Amino acid sequence: MTALAPARRRARPLRVLLHAFLALVALGWLLPLALAVYASLRPYEETARLGYFSLPESLTLDYYGQAWSQAELPRYYLNTLIIVIPALLLTLFLASFAAFAIARARIPGRRTLLIVFTAGNLLPPQVLITPLYTLYTLVPLPLWLSDSQALYDSYLGLILIHVAFQFGFCVFVMANFMRTIPEEITEAALVDGASVWRRYWKLTLPLCRPVLAALATLQFTWMYNDFLWALVLMSSGDKLPVTSALNNLRGQFFTDYNLLAAGSVLVALPTLIVFQLLHKQFVAGLTLGSTKG
Amino acid sequence: MAVKTRRYSARDVTVLVIGLGVAVIASVGLVWGPTLASVVLSATDWNGFGPIEWVGGRNYGDLAGEYPPFWSAVRNNVLWLGFLGLVATPFGLFCAVLLDRRLRLSRFYQSALYLPVVLSLAVVGFIAQLVYSTDYGVLNAVTGLSVDWLGDRSVNIWVVMVAAAWRHVGYVMIIYLAGLKAVDPALKEAAAIDGANEAQTFFRVVFPTLRPVNVIVLVITVIEALRAFDIVYAINKGRNGLELLSVLVTENIVGEASRIGFGSAIAVVLLVISLGFIVTYLSQLFREER
Repeated sequence: MTALAPARRRARPLRVLLHAFLALVALGWLLPLALAVYASLRPYEETARLGYFSLPESLTLDYYGQAWSQAELPRYYLNTLIIVIPALLLTLFLASFAAFAIARARIPGRRTLLIVFTAGNLLPPQVLITPLYTLYTLVPLPLWLSDSQALYDSYLGLILIHVAFQFGFCVFVMANFMRTIPEEITEAALVDGASVWRRYWKLTLPLCRPVLAALATLQFTWMYNDFLWALVLMSSGDKLPVTSALNNLRGQFFTDYNLLAAGSVLVALPTLIVFQLLHKQFVAGLTLGSTKG
Repeated sequence: MAVKTRRYSARDVTVLVIGLGVAVIASVGLVWGPTLASVVLSATDWNGFGPIEWVGGRNYGDLAGEYPPFWSAVRNNVLWLGFLGLVATPFGLFCAVLLDRRLRLSRFYQSALYLPVVLSLAVVGFIAQLVYSTDYGVLNAVTGLSVDWLGDRSVNIWVVMVAAAWRHVGYVMIIYLAGLKAVDPALKEAAAIDGANEAQTFFRVVFPTLRPVNVIVLVITVIEALRAFDIVYAINKGRNGLELLSVLVTENIVGEASRIGFGSAIAVVLLVISLGFIVTYLSQLFREER
């Protein structure tokens, strides 16, 4: 820090130093990811002989083909979508309404509600997972909803826990945001005799588009990256979401790490794409909770 | 804001009750209920089937006295917290401070730093294996060593923490960067006019105004340290030196022996630690609001 002190007077050399340092850090940060991509392009036999840190003799996309067809990644992507899309929509819907009720409807006990919802999201999942697992095995579901005939090992079970666990954070962020919307807008509607639902759906929600976009981006990433819930609450290998299915690429006795690298890259790809496309929303989502209105 | 006395129609009340009711049921039924059940079950020796017998505090006694992984898990969780809190978080803040100025390529540096944030910790765990592998790994190839980084009990927790920090730094940096951008530039100008150098300006003027952000980062750091699970599980299922409290809880469900009561006791230890921080955090948050 002190090294940067006289930056204003002798800007040049310090600027160079600053850039050198940041470039070094940035490269160091990108390196592991680059390494994974590199390893996934090389045959196992070659890296076993030369190590991962070596010049390539041959490059191939075979591992991507293998991960795609042999490990049936498309099916697991689909599983992820079956879980994440409904969970995301439900979370945002439930959270926005609860936030509206807390921030705008002046219901009794709103503060307590907000604390309960927010604190629920901060707990480590392991604190509740043992009884949850038991509960899930005990709740029966009709066959058309779950072929395991229980909440355990069903898509619905995973959707529900994602919603229940994540919506607290969204309520907190959205309630803070809604408080910054000028009261006059809904006041006017109230005079016109608008119902609660109308004030929520027609008047408040459209104003919340930026925060909804930010939360959707963030929650998509978190739900997509989930590993634990599926690990504990699912048992059928063919219903696993893609992040947990990555473990299947690991052999019982022998693991082809290059194949695993290709799988990792494929699994990471959707979140990396979302991040590149919705960069602004992603950062906004992460910082919304911290710089409250 | 004048609080008006409002009368809701019967339909409005119904909508509110249903909407909030569903939210409360989800939160209580799937989060708080099971949390409470963990506390209750921790005093039993239930195995998931058959009758439930009360054993009082015996599980906790066994945990402390006859279950060696428990103490290595506690030690690892403390190390994890210390490493994230004392190394990764300050480094994230440092990067945020460096990046909080007009800088060419700033966007590139930022993107590189928080790219790992969007990766799942399971993927981070797999990438770590490429770097740390004994025979083929990059670390040994570059340094010329032949250390079994992930297998050696005395070093593996450290290198895994580095991998976790890889992800944590970017997270912290984004949050601090947003906090720094919100600092009134007039403050810095005033300090500069008074002859303060950049370090003085930061520590005396800017840092104190970041207090709310600091609290949030602290909580994120603690929560991340207590939640740490995916990365060690992806590497070796959290064994052989990589024990964590979260892994021990999970092992008692998905492992061979389903010891619900015993697993719950570990969960309660985790709960007590995290509740301490959650209560501090929330009381701070809601006090400021008033």
